[in-house]
Amino acid sequence: MPARAVQEYYDVAVIGAGPAGLAAATVCGRAGLATALFDEQPGPGGQIYRAVAGTPLKRDTILGADYWRGARLVEDCAMSGAHYLPDATVWSLTREREIGVSIAGAAHMIRARRVILATGAMERPFPIPGWTLPGVMTAGAAQALLKSAGLVPSGRVVLAGTGPLLWLFARQCLAAGAEIAALLDTAPRANRMRALPHAPSFLASNYFRKGLALLRAVRPRLRVIRHVAALAAEGSGRVEAVRFRTVRVAADRIGADLLLLHQGVVPNVNLAMAAGVEHVWDHAQLCFVPVLTPDLATSVEGIAIAGDGGGIVGAEASAEQGRIAAFAAVRAIKPADAAGLIGAEAEARRNLARWRRGRRFLEKLYRPAAQFRIAEGDTIVCRCEEVKAREIAEAVTLGCAGPNQLKAFTRCGMGPCQGRMCGLTVTELIAAARGVAPGDIGYYRLRPPVKPITVGELAGLPAGDAATKAVARD
Amino acid sequence: MFRRLPDAAATLTVTVDGEPVAARAGDTVAAALLAAGKLRFRDTPVTGAARGPYCMMGVCFDCLVAIDGVGNRQACMVPVANGMAIETQTGARKIER
Repeated sequence: MPARAVQEYYDVAVIGAGPAGLAAATVCGRAGLATALFDEQPGPGGQIYRAVAGTPLKRDTILGADYWRGARLVEDCAMSGAHYLPDATVWSLTREREIGVSIAGAAHMIRARRVILATGAMERPFPIPGWTLPGVMTAGAAQALLKSAGLVPSGRVVLAGTGPLLWLFARQCLAAGAEIAALLDTAPRANRMRALPHAPSFLASNYFRKGLALLRAVRPRLRVIRHVAALAAEGSGRVEAVRFRTVRVAADRIGADLLLLHQGVVPNVNLAMAAGVEHVWDHAQLCFVPVLTPDLATSVEGIAIAGDGGGIVGAEASAEQGRIAAFAAVRAIKPADAAGLIGAEAEARRNLARWRRGRRFLEKLYRPAAQFRIAEGDTIVCRCEEVKAREIAEAVTLGCAGPNQLKAFTRCGMGPCQGRMCGLTVTELIAAARGVAPGDIGYYRLRPPVKPITVGELAGLPAGDAATKAVARD
Repeated sequence: MFRRLPDAAATLTVTVDGEPVAARAGDTVAAALLAAGKLRFRDTPVTGAARGPYCMMGVCFDCLVAIDGVGNRQACMVPVANGMAIETQTGARKIER
């Protein structure tokens, strides 16, 4: 998609060029609204369709047909009239819909009548002993390397965790000729029973046949070790081995040059929370999700959230949500055009319902176990400030009530990642220690800038109220 | 450890701590270093522990390196360019960066 110069004002600003953002920008662009699509990556697609327009991989067979479907979303968006702005890091969003964004080292303050956040998902933190060692990465990270750079894992590769992405990536690795030493499946045995009541809708869903085909293709070709109940990465300066325990095997160890962890994805909430959008704890997905209306409007006037950033729904449902949020924007800005979109919106809502069917089953089946979410002892929780689980538990004993107080006690969450890697662990850890619900503990109070920017970029902004508020709100 | 698929052959050269490293136009700095067998990108300022890329999508900030003299850049977010000078970050941070 051709990139465009940034304007000061847009009818609609869409943030994030994954399936939700691409679909939202396409609808708004086609409706003739002045639409910007900001994205931090050099190419469109988000993480699920990462580098779909620029991947070096020529063979369709490695990544699979679902990946290449993203190309259609990119083509539609390119033809829609929406302005695509890559390499654009949005670091601030105010309630007045003023957006602080850096493009190629220059900061801009822009305004929009409507904002559609499509910031997607990130992988859930996986705090085990040794998870900070070089060579321990997420499965999604290795998948991003495969999609965007044509790199495949080599040496002794161990996959560990739970969730559809782990199995999908295993298949992609095998298709690319990689060898996998073992897949350590951390899904607790009880998950199957808990998923069972949701089986009928799963069997009727689009996910059933795909999932079955995937597992049938992968399982026989892999050494799968099931019901892993404890996991640790070991090594000096880099990962050298993975130590684990299952419900049957007391203790075992396998050599590893690369340990790829994954236990599902969670909404990327930083920008929405910093804008003041109300979030609640989702007991099924074990994360904070924004409170949304059926039109995907948030608690902040003019800001909507589409896709996995609003709660995990998957790529196809995300695109439908992008369209639904965009239809609402068109209705608000160009009411005369609304009647012509009724049919398309009804179709999007039908598709969304179809793609949501079966998700509950997947959530239950792949629900990550408590011991892999709530770290203990000397396991590092905050990777940036190197704060251990034990130190957090001690702070709670001393009267620390929640994540924000914890910063003063330990510096937990105060490093460059701004709590992204520890936030959910901290909430659940404090909740467990105090015996209260995670929703009552809450999350870090997030403030702009949600991504680091240089003082030079800030100083280059025209000095006005918007620029001041973007970085120095209460 | 990673290896390049034949589709993703190297096309340019960067330097990593002064040594030449082959990379492909379109690689991020992190991808180029990983393809060259480098897992350790920096030591932490708190305890000096070794770190490398974890998320590859700009959220974990563990892949920080110095690029063309500017410190603490996210290696997973910056595309390589021919002749780019990349330095891993060890020891105390330098104030001029």
